[in-house]
Amino acid sequence: MKALRYLIPLAVFAALVGFFAVGLTRDPHEVPSPFIGKPAPAFKLARLHEGDQTFGPEEMRGKVWLLNVWSSWCVSCRVEHPLLVEMSRDHLVPIVGLDYKDKREDGLQWLSRHGNPYLLSACDDEGKVGIDYGVYGVPETFVIDKQGIIRYKQIGPITPEALEKTILPLVKRLNG
Amino acid sequence: MIPELGHFALVVAFALAVAQAALSFTGAATGRRALMGTSRSIAVGQFLFVAAAFAALAYSFVTSDFSVANVVEHSNSKLPLRYRFAATWGSHEGSMLLWAFMLGAWTFAVSIFSRHLPERMLSRVLGVMGLVSAGFLLFILLTSDPFQRLIPAAEEGRDLNPLLQDPGMVVHPPMLYMGYVGFSVAFAFAITALLEGRLDAAWARWSRPWTTAAWSFLTIGIMMGSAWSYYVLGWGGWWFWDPVENASFMPWLAGTALIHSLAVTEKRGTFRSWTVLLAIVAFSLSLVGTFLVRSGVLTSVHAFATDPRRGIYILLFLVVVVGGSLGLFAWRAPRVGLGGGFEPVSRESMLLANNVLLIVALAAVLLGTLYPLFLDALNLGKISVGPPYFDAVFYPIMAPAVFLMAVGPVASWKRARLPDLWVRLRWALGVAVAAALVLPFVLGRWSALIAFSLWLGLWVVTATAAHVVQRLRTSPQPTLGGKLRAQSLSWYGMTFAHLGVAVFIFGVTIVKGYETERDLRMAPGDHTQVGGYDFEFVGTKQVPGPNYTAVQAEFDVRRVGSAAIVRRLYPQKRDYPVAQQTMTEAAIDTGFVRDLYVSLGEPVQGDAWGVRVYHKPFVDWIWGGCMMMALGGLLALSDRRYRLRRAAAVPKGALAQALTP
Repeated sequence: MKALRYLIPLAVFAALVGFFAVGLTRDPHEVPSPFIGKPAPAFKLARLHEGDQTFGPEEMRGKVWLLNVWSSWCVSCRVEHPLLVEMSRDHLVPIVGLDYKDKREDGLQWLSRHGNPYLLSACDDEGKVGIDYGVYGVPETFVIDKQGIIRYKQIGPITPEALEKTILPLVKRLNG
Repeated sequence: MIPELGHFALVVAFALAVAQAALSFTGAATGRRALMGTSRSIAVGQFLFVAAAFAALAYSFVTSDFSVANVVEHSNSKLPLRYRFAATWGSHEGSMLLWAFMLGAWTFAVSIFSRHLPERMLSRVLGVMGLVSAGFLLFILLTSDPFQRLIPAAEEGRDLNPLLQDPGMVVHPPMLYMGYVGFSVAFAFAITALLEGRLDAAWARWSRPWTTAAWSFLTIGIMMGSAWSYYVLGWGGWWFWDPVENASFMPWLAGTALIHSLAVTEKRGTFRSWTVLLAIVAFSLSLVGTFLVRSGVLTSVHAFATDPRRGIYILLFLVVVVGGSLGLFAWRAPRVGLGGGFEPVSRESMLLANNVLLIVALAAVLLGTLYPLFLDALNLGKISVGPPYFDAVFYPIMAPAVFLMAVGPVASWKRARLPDLWVRLRWALGVAVAAALVLPFVLGRWSALIAFSLWLGLWVVTATAAHVVQRLRTSPQPTLGGKLRAQSLSWYGMTFAHLGVAVFIFGVTIVKGYETERDLRMAPGDHTQVGGYDFEFVGTKQVPGPNYTAVQAEFDVRRVGSAAIVRRLYPQKRDYPVAQQTMTEAAIDTGFVRDLYVSLGEPVQGDAWGVRVYHKPFVDWIWGGCMMMALGGLLALSDRRYRLRRAAAVPKGALAQALTP
């Protein structure tokens, strides 16, 4: 049937509407609960600055720490970055960066420009670790406890409010 | 009182829009002239009432009426007048009202300028537009009332987002919406054509100027948005592939394909169902763009209003409007016929190839924008798609499109011969290749990608030049002046717009390839050298603003090795106490071949500051090229033949004859 091909646009649109409808029921800001209370997925990635060394979350065992997913191409990261720099200056909590789908030189340049709040950054240039961690978009921040369990996930930039009301009290409690 | 009147005007406008749709369609279906005759006056009335509602909201903002919730949330008494006015569309509610206002304006324009159309056709066009308008007005009334009172009234407003307090933001949204909404006219024409089964050259000629006008406005709108992010966001970027940017770029791609497809339908009678489909797609993407931005299914740095209830309404509206029209397309389009044939090498085939490339590019952008949503909906995990994807996918698709764009005008309709094309274009090709090989050395650094991109731009220039020469040579006029006058404005428009693409390519290529930037700490008295200029940080001082306080730095710029100051630059760091935000106001010295761009980072110890200094060669060509494209569109639009009111009365055969070049 030749006339059937005129139905293609309608079919494509119907599929789109289906996705939109499902999309509406989900809150992109909402924390995907499966990751909370679960051990942080293991990985082994090259470090950003010391490219010959690797990093894995087990190295942080015994510490409460933040895993902050960032990227040089990420616009919202610039919003939260001053806050991270401030946190690292005040030594509030160790922050490990996950440089997500980024080129090494871009990431390095970005950090030298905006300041480096990270203990170290790991290069997730292919974004595979990001998928393991259910990264929806950059930036995202995970609070991980001494046993390596994810306790909290901040989607989008860390706001001063989220920091004061949620993240810092949580870090304090986990440390206490 | 004024806000209540505004709300009332909106209700009346909604009723009129419903009446406009109902009476127009009934009139057209029954052939009753009295009914069809009313549709125009109702359309005018509808526009006046929407305009009144818009004016009422603008009045509330300008007079800082803090008993209106919307004004409290998005304005402040200390805000300068022009931003109080622009704050009218700084909120979700206000921007939706702007949308409806623009739609009213387009409807009004159609009712004025299309009197020469067959009555039934005009009636249906206005009917479709009335339907769309009714949908939007109902959306505003049900979910986004901008006139909601706040009782008791607030003492002071919470101020407009400082990012939006910029001259560009006064003009950018209206331009963008003029473009978005303008595609509703092409859409209405397409639906009418499907309803009437009339998809001929005359139809294409009637809807062409409207489409071109909308496309030109959209081009300007996107350009201004890009320029705004360049000088407001403070890190020198001009396009981020952000979902909201993509939402405006997708209708642009569809619209670009549409204006070219319409040209073929008008000149050759072919591509009919394709043209209609593009018209539907262009407007649908405008609606989808609105949905994406307003519903919150995608987050982005821009999305400042999200509410699922609104999302559900817009989704239903999409289903009715887009689903309905695509259904109509599936039902009626098989019957419209194919029109004249053409050979594999011809202007038609190149236009078709370009159309396909534009649509593939559109699909790639759509996929990249919606990919996170798709995966999430299928529970396949959550990911994000960034500029690396778009850059990698977009350039390879657009490169052949640009190449063909330069060849198309040289090729003849119906059947072109490759040897002829070769003869006509070999010099153009040779010059472009030679210049592309040499230019990178002149600019400072050779790289294959830069040479290739420059070659594309050069090729557009040289091939267009070859086309112009050929066109003038074959003109029967004896003098050059006569030859130039003999060409149509739409031809000038096309040529100018195509050169605009070349200018755009030069801008993008050179700024990406040769920009230099420095990020450093500078204390008063420090110097730094970027791009052959010496920047001296003189010092900072406090400067009061109307609704902010600023730290203003002074940089004296000299050419390296010279003592004369070329320019003094004053970047600022502004603190908006009410909105509780800090803003970086970059200082830019704009030049024809380069921008000098200085912005303040954060203060570090003592008087020292983190400073970003950029030398951006040819960056303004990016927007200059877009401006040329838009002006080309407006030139084409002023073509004489669109103003021939009598055309509708000309018998069909004569018309077809007149249209063959």
